[in-house]
Amino acid sequence: MTWLVPLPVVMPLLGAAVTLLMFRRPRIQRTVSVGVLTATLAVAVALLALARSGPLVVAVGGWPVPLGIVLVADQFAALMLVVSAAVTLCVLLYSIGQGSSDGDEATPLAVYHPTYLILTAGVTNAFLSGDLFNLYVGFEILLAASYVLITLGGTETRVRAGTTYVVVSLLASVIFLVGIGLVYAATGTLNMAQLVSRLDALPDSVRLLLQGMLLLAFAIKAAVFPLSAWLPDSYPTAPAPVTAVFAGLLTKVGVYAIIRTETLLFPGGRAADLLMVAALATLVVGILGAVAQSDIKRMLSFTLVSHIGYLLFGVGLASRAGIAAAVFYTVHHIVIQTTLFLVAGLIERRGGTTAIDRLGGLARTAPVLGVLFFIPAINLAGIPPFSGFLGKLGLVQAGVQDGSPLAYILVAGAMLTSLLTLYAIGRVWNLAFWRSPASVPDDAQPRPSSRMMVAATAALVTAGAALTLIAGPLYELTDTAANDLIARYPYVQAVFPGGVP
Amino acid sequence: MKPSLIMLVAVGVLFAAGVTLLLERTLTRVLLGLVLVGNGANLLILLTAAPGGPPIVGTTEPGEMTDPLPQAMILTAIVITLGMTAFLLALAYRSWRLVGHDEVQDDIEDRRIMAMAERDEGSDAADADTDADTDAADGDVTRAGSS
Repeated sequence: MTWLVPLPVVMPLLGAAVTLLMFRRPRIQRTVSVGVLTATLAVAVALLALARSGPLVVAVGGWPVPLGIVLVADQFAALMLVVSAAVTLCVLLYSIGQGSSDGDEATPLAVYHPTYLILTAGVTNAFLSGDLFNLYVGFEILLAASYVLITLGGTETRVRAGTTYVVVSLLASVIFLVGIGLVYAATGTLNMAQLVSRLDALPDSVRLLLQGMLLLAFAIKAAVFPLSAWLPDSYPTAPAPVTAVFAGLLTKVGVYAIIRTETLLFPGGRAADLLMVAALATLVVGILGAVAQSDIKRMLSFTLVSHIGYLLFGVGLASRAGIAAAVFYTVHHIVIQTTLFLVAGLIERRGGTTAIDRLGGLARTAPVLGVLFFIPAINLAGIPPFSGFLGKLGLVQAGVQDGSPLAYILVAGAMLTSLLTLYAIGRVWNLAFWRSPASVPDDAQPRPSSRMMVAATAALVTAGAALTLIAGPLYELTDTAANDLIARYPYVQAVFPGGVP
Repeated sequence: MKPSLIMLVAVGVLFAAGVTLLLERTLTRVLLGLVLVGNGANLLILLTAAPGGPPIVGTTEPGEMTDPLPQAMILTAIVITLGMTAFLLALAYRSWRLVGHDEVQDDIEDRRIMAMAERDEGSDAADADTDADTDAADGDVTRAGSS
């Protein structure tokens, strides 16, 4: 069944070609992209089921393994594939709904579908890649698509925000490329499974340098403080569905790369403490930024940065419990953060703005919107019984289990961040939803949100809430995935069944 | 294998010049900086292969061949850099069309805080209006256009 592995990369790429050719036929474009993403989701689910019995490996083009590129679908990669495919599909439906309710708006929908599918292909390629250079190519594919999406329409604010985003991302790519060059110079291979033993054999100082270069590149992409300043500036200006999919997936690809390299290539390195300190700074600085914001989209961008700290916390612990909790939290955070940005898009359409001092009384005038915002919002803040609580609980347990003073400081920081998230969310809720509609200037010109937009958002809200119901099996899955990640040999053995050359 | 010193110095100069240009405010200079840094990275990758004959079976003994993989990687990186350069040029042109220059501007937050500082207001001022809202009338006023 290994023929399934390349499909999540190949199908969106082919779909992008077809939708580009069909740029005059919006209906065919929509059908193709929805069909392709549904198929990707189905393949991802199949891969997740198959990966239980060991990682699936494909040598692309039939080249023998260390010579050619490999795609590896282990449980971690397959889980991320399932979540990302589900989220991209929902966001696509939302944007189709938005397009149909606006006529055509200013967004060039003809470019939107192919670019969106290429973005998906880049994300899946990064998840499946078993080779550092292919990981770089995956990053470049998704970044190139994201440059187009973030400047969609080419208005002044988008060009301004897009410029910062493009320059920062390009610089991160160059750092990644230099890191790859140094890894190759030091080891003579870029195949991750082959790197495992070769990196272990290197002197500690060289290993630390290589790890530092790769971490720097991934940390910029994952928006880890102090490399996070670009994110809250550039994300909120893009169209709502674009911001949503960026917030859900792009930073998580960076986090995925961090988890993959930290566990597989550089386990037990000296960077673990550095990661923990960075996690603490990201948590606290990010959430303080969120508290200070008066715009829902910007506030959400800061919570996005802040909660990356939770993921790093789990990675920094480097224990089975820590990694398992981090993977669980990643799944939760992809779904919830995307949902909240979609809801922010609905709020913008309903109230004409996302500035909370100009919104009011939405709970009365738009009760459905209130429910759609409230559930993911308290889920993000970590109120039981939602998955945000379970993820944070897992991280705190892993931190206490670790027992070092730094881990305890991080546990305290995680609790504080959770409380401040609740405060930031509560502020939005009180002002935008609960206060009287009469207290804000009545100059909003609501644009109708189509049923499809509400339905797509509702589907994601339900998925986020359902994470609680399947939390038991899901946690079991992330736990075995974490076990495989820390053990390392299942991955290596799957790529090289006959021993590492 | 020892890389040649001249090449290493060239990499260093490319990186230094590139970073200097990256710190400029006009997008065209930033772009030139990125190109230089990118070329520095490519040269660095090239240095990872030992010098040798062309890696073609029949023309060179296997022991004397150079490693072709870094060159393949550079080729990929060059193509990617080309695409990105074109995109950044388009952005710079678009920015010039829209606002008459291609300077990278401060972000909204910075500008907001600067404007506040000019008006000599603290960050408390931003919340002043929210306090006033609590005692506003809360009759059943429905907003125009609500459904």
